[in-house]
Amino acid sequence: MYRYDAVDKTLVTERVAQFRDQTRRFLAGELTDDEFRHLRLRNGLYIQRHAPMLRVAIPYGLLSSTQLRALGSIARRYDRGYGHFTTRQNIQYNWPKLEQVPDILAELAEVEMHAIQTSGNCIRNTTSDHLAGVTPDELEDPRPWCELIRQWSTFHPEFAYLPRKFKIAVTGAAQDRAASQVHDVGVHIVRGPDGELGFEILAGGGLGRTPIIGQVVREFLPREHLLSYLEAILRVYNLEGRRDNIHKARIKILVKSLGVEEFRRRVEAEWVNTRDSGLRVDDAEIARLRGFFNPPAYRNLPDTEPAAGKSTAFRAWYRYNTTAHKVPGYRAVYISLKKPDVAPGDITDTQMELVADLADRYSFGEVRVTHTQNLMFADVEQDKTFELWQTLEKAGLATPNIGTLTDMISCPGLDFCSLANAGSIDVAKLINDRFDDYDYLYDLGELEIKMSGCMNACGHHHVGHIGILGVDKSGEEWYQITIGGAAGADASLGEVIGPSVRKMEVPETIARLLEVYVERRQPNERFLDVVRRLGVKPFKERVYAAPAAA
Amino acid sequence: MPRRLLRDGRIVDDDWLYLAEAEGDAAAPLILTLAEWQGDRDKWLAQDRRLGVVLSPAHKVELLTPDIGRFALIGANFSGPSEGRGYSQARELREQWKFAGELRATGYVRRDQLFFMARCGFNSFELPETDIEAAHAALATFSRAYQPSNDAGLPLKLRRR
Repeated sequence: MYRYDAVDKTLVTERVAQFRDQTRRFLAGELTDDEFRHLRLRNGLYIQRHAPMLRVAIPYGLLSSTQLRALGSIARRYDRGYGHFTTRQNIQYNWPKLEQVPDILAELAEVEMHAIQTSGNCIRNTTSDHLAGVTPDELEDPRPWCELIRQWSTFHPEFAYLPRKFKIAVTGAAQDRAASQVHDVGVHIVRGPDGELGFEILAGGGLGRTPIIGQVVREFLPREHLLSYLEAILRVYNLEGRRDNIHKARIKILVKSLGVEEFRRRVEAEWVNTRDSGLRVDDAEIARLRGFFNPPAYRNLPDTEPAAGKSTAFRAWYRYNTTAHKVPGYRAVYISLKKPDVAPGDITDTQMELVADLADRYSFGEVRVTHTQNLMFADVEQDKTFELWQTLEKAGLATPNIGTLTDMISCPGLDFCSLANAGSIDVAKLINDRFDDYDYLYDLGELEIKMSGCMNACGHHHVGHIGILGVDKSGEEWYQITIGGAAGADASLGEVIGPSVRKMEVPETIARLLEVYVERRQPNERFLDVVRRLGVKPFKERVYAAPAAA
Repeated sequence: MPRRLLRDGRIVDDDWLYLAEAEGDAAAPLILTLAEWQGDRDKWLAQDRRLGVVLSPAHKVELLTPDIGRFALIGANFSGPSEGRGYSQARELREQWKFAGELRATGYVRRDQLFFMARCGFNSFELPETDIEAAHAALATFSRAYQPSNDAGLPLKLRRR
């Protein structure tokens, strides 16, 4: 993975000093709430319902065991013993003390981490495919390009005060595991007319109040121009994006109002000025970055059948919580953070330390965060998966549900977030209580439930096969249900099935949707496929046929 | 008391006047708003004095470019702590239009934004008195950077690219 050099170290250290001074000035009354808000937000610090919330960047979801141990240690000493992994591969602490945040940042800097630009109207952490470098369906490892973008976007002087936040995702595989089509900019590694590698560039995707699938701005961009092209997009957005209405300030609204052709014309006109500037990506620099992501020292191993002759429990875990690796004899292993009685994405300090130790023992000392709020060991020897499972199982980290109904994505909801209208964690619990029969879950197959506590859509509900959105109805928590959304290569936005339902009715509503699916499905059809084939109508009729039992 | 500002890394008294301050002074360097400039362009062009003009955030830089050689100073106004268009205006002026005169940040300008402003090409800053002494140090907040920049006058070296 990428390791800091003197430049990176200097920058994060100087940032800690800067933020320490800003915090001191705020506490001394030299900065107003509003002035400090703009500064702290560019450093991942929100003032939330109960306490400040600190979001720490995990560039494209990649962590060393040393970093994960430090995150666990911070959770124990500065927080209440846990952290929350997010849909953008970062980690959030919900209970730090404002005056201690500079110390937390100093500790993070010691392990080459920071909270720079994890919130605020600036370029956020670049996200990517959690199977980068190990998946068989990949053209090229996207992580060197992610790192290039990370550096270019960090403290970019022109784009520190954008109209609104700006998120970039990069992916190099046929399957889109980074939700790149619902990002402000999606970068896809593709082959050009002569077989050379370059990029397809999408812009204007996003969720929130106005969900939109990104549109292609450029079908093929030669790779040396990646940064200059991004800079042209950002400049058009910075100058022309709306600043008068927070709900219309994302780039998706600009692209939509101009139309993609006119947006493209403006970007290309701007790009003419910058394409041959100092931003040109030279081969030596990209070779240097690629060098950080060389494959680890894999052993020469044959493919085996680790599940053969083992218990049903292990076989289920192996089938659902591990996935194909491009190197024979290896497997990528998910660590499920979706245990029924735990908030999705939450992990304790001791679990973090255990996962760090297991990473050292089984996966070359690296851990990945998935955008579905789980962790992953990317490089596990197939023959070691059984003993790894035994340890994970004891620690509550082997819930065999990856890709199934209970592998839900959820924001922190009303319990922690001051923006939320409704709780999401307790709804996740209700759903887990109702659907606790694994045979049924496995029979339902691939099913993504995504849940957000408000319109901001941090839980990506628009692109869930089943989406759940918390709404406030005269002080009561209600939930609007959508079906047919997807975040992958065939991305689509879900359709609302009808009036929202009470919290207690959410599990019954889902049960009825699934009844229709089971009755109407054809062989190998997923829930999503059936919704796409039949439309919303039969599902809607079933859900609202008779009052749901509470 | 004359207005103090930070210019080229030094705290100096401002030798420029805004139109409202310049009554009866026909020789002092004069800063106009874009509307004042456009409203009486021929009159200003005829005067034998140094001229400057300040852009609002929504103004396109292209509005100035036909006359850019006439301006010794161009300002960009920041309307508040979330305003960011001036950064792009500055880079366009320096890079596309090769403006080499004084590029001044006005309006909401504080020490915390100074580093980014300087890297985009601003070389003078109208700061409140509470920030002006600390501003000098703020220009050196970071000793390294990942991007190419327009701050040739500052002791910042680009390491990569």
